[in-house]
Amino acid sequence: MSEKTLYDKLWDSHVVRQDANGTALIYIDRQLVHEVTSPQAFEGLKLAQRKPWRTASMLAVPDHNVPTTNRAAGIADPISRLQVETLDANCAEYGVVEFKMNDIRQGIVHVIGPEQGATLPGMTVVCGDSHTSTHGAFAALAHGIGTSEVEHVMATQCLVAKKSKAMLVKVEGTLGKGVTAKDIALAVIGKIGTAGGTGYAIEFAGLAIRALSMEGRMTLCNMAIEAGARAGMVAADDTTIAYVKGRPFAPKGGDWDKAVAYWKTLHSDAGAKFDATVELDAAQIKPQVTWGTSPEMVVAVDGRVPDPASATDAVKRGDWERALAYMGLKANTPITEIKIDKVFIGSCTNGRIEDMRAAAAMAKGKKVAANVKLAMVVPGSGLVKQQAEHEGLDKILVAAGFEWRDPGCSMCLAMNDDRLAPGERCAATSNRNFEGRQGQGGRTHLVSPEMAAAAAIAGHFVDVSKE
Amino acid sequence: MRKFSLLDGLVVPLDRANVDTDAIIPKQFLKSIKRSGFGPNAFDEWRYLDHGEPGMDNSKRSLNKDFVLNQPRYQGAQILLARENFGCGSSREHAPWALEDYGFRVIIAPSYADIFFNNCFKNGLLPIKLAADKVDALFKSVEANNGYKLKVDLEKQAITAPDGTEYKFEVDAFRKHCLLNGLDDIGLTLEHVDEIKAFETKHRAAQPWLFA
Repeated sequence: MSEKTLYDKLWDSHVVRQDANGTALIYIDRQLVHEVTSPQAFEGLKLAQRKPWRTASMLAVPDHNVPTTNRAAGIADPISRLQVETLDANCAEYGVVEFKMNDIRQGIVHVIGPEQGATLPGMTVVCGDSHTSTHGAFAALAHGIGTSEVEHVMATQCLVAKKSKAMLVKVEGTLGKGVTAKDIALAVIGKIGTAGGTGYAIEFAGLAIRALSMEGRMTLCNMAIEAGARAGMVAADDTTIAYVKGRPFAPKGGDWDKAVAYWKTLHSDAGAKFDATVELDAAQIKPQVTWGTSPEMVVAVDGRVPDPASATDAVKRGDWERALAYMGLKANTPITEIKIDKVFIGSCTNGRIEDMRAAAAMAKGKKVAANVKLAMVVPGSGLVKQQAEHEGLDKILVAAGFEWRDPGCSMCLAMNDDRLAPGERCAATSNRNFEGRQGQGGRTHLVSPEMAAAAAIAGHFVDVSKE
Repeated sequence: MRKFSLLDGLVVPLDRANVDTDAIIPKQFLKSIKRSGFGPNAFDEWRYLDHGEPGMDNSKRSLNKDFVLNQPRYQGAQILLARENFGCGSSREHAPWALEDYGFRVIIAPSYADIFFNNCFKNGLLPIKLAADKVDALFKSVEANNGYKLKVDLEKQAITAPDGTEYKFEVDAFRKHCLLNGLDDIGLTLEHVDEIKAFETKHRAAQPWLFA
């Protein structure tokens, strides 16, 4: 078999050793580090009197615990503060490059990696964070790992892994008005389920994917983990190369030309075999809204909350009933009749400049509805925030009644002070609608930035493809 | 890492699919910089009626009596029986840390999320995959019989029920070896230092920009 998938190419070029039982040692080019999943790894290194193998491969940033307002005052919660200070101290001790909380380059780890050119095509990228799949948008093999593995990569520059199966998700055709990469991601998850990609590395391909910007491709790969796949990826093309060019960590001079020549080979060969293939027609995808407590509980905005009586088996029926009770929803309610209390635009899924632009375009000249208590926009990084302000997006959003915050993970997982109160309903551009994810008792509906901003203005979900 | 070979343990059934790691250990407890002490907050939002925060005296909090882990018959359970896609979502290793600290040594489910599954093996916790119909049968047996225990033998890769029924399970040979002997991966990988260095030299020559 000479035809290789993109995944084969990325895997094969990083195998240090292969054991007969299928276990391999994979070399890791880039390790991204944040404050939540690294302290125990650094402590483990210290206890074993080991040193990081190659600190230059590491890039660290605090993102989960950081406040999104009044940052000059520091972190009020002493436990959160200690975790961020621990990251600072560990990075200082081992000489790891870190963008600290008040550095303009600080932001969500999956936003800053690509923004800095620290994520490059052909790399293996890991981070103690499941949304590391984001970086696969650059034709990189990128996936989340646990803290023991974070320590393992620090100490050995390698990961013990078994090769996954390969899945091709092919999206042909053209997306309709108001339909985004987020809607593709949710439609894929709706189709294959949250365990549909378990055991697979997913490659997204097809005309609709080629037409996406890097921001869109990152949104899509980011959500691969919500389909159960540790890694999502997109082949490198001119869009990829144009995005990387000139970024601080990107190759320069003669290296640049050599790198580009190599990156152009990072695609699946014609005729390469996949273990599974899923096909979607972009033209058929409508704006998506989740109604339950798992990303697979999703329907098109012109649909209705499903009836558990129509579930195919007893376990699923029980899950739907529990989800509806938690979400405070009745079966068969039209999605556009669901009123919201809060709006969150941001996260590693949708906290990039295009997302800010999409939100501002929806909000321009309008006002947040009276029933919406809080509509917050949280840029994914300090540089995204700066760029948005340069374009005047902050002024548009603030004039419409949105709050314009400082960068971080914020209310995607509510580890800082940004969270829902019990029973509050939120239109969120993040990636998980699990029980309690945005605050205990909080009710999350996952949508695109366009859909979230439009819901903020209307006070309930609206079909942006008809606006 | 703690070794695992044999267990004769009480089983508790958690009858819902897609249990995510946010449910296993909510985010506020991830602020800890330690690896231990997460057990009292495992399944915190389901287990207690109030909102939990780090530093609370959990023994003084009011328990949700309806939650299965709080039922008297399941106290001291070491085997967690679960449904499809257990451990999905966040990669937080705090989830297996919390389950292990609670007292679990074995999980039995039809399927797991990949990262969680991996993380379990690093912490002396054995996640066993059994076919959905077998898991279903176990759910029925556990619910019907007080004090229902299962014998888990990793060496033989077999679970034995009180009625003598044996369920064979698959486990990766390398992971089995590590669990049986309580071995950490790092030490094992460092036995291959020369190979890693040789690879790195070759990789640097091919893609020098990765090392700039």
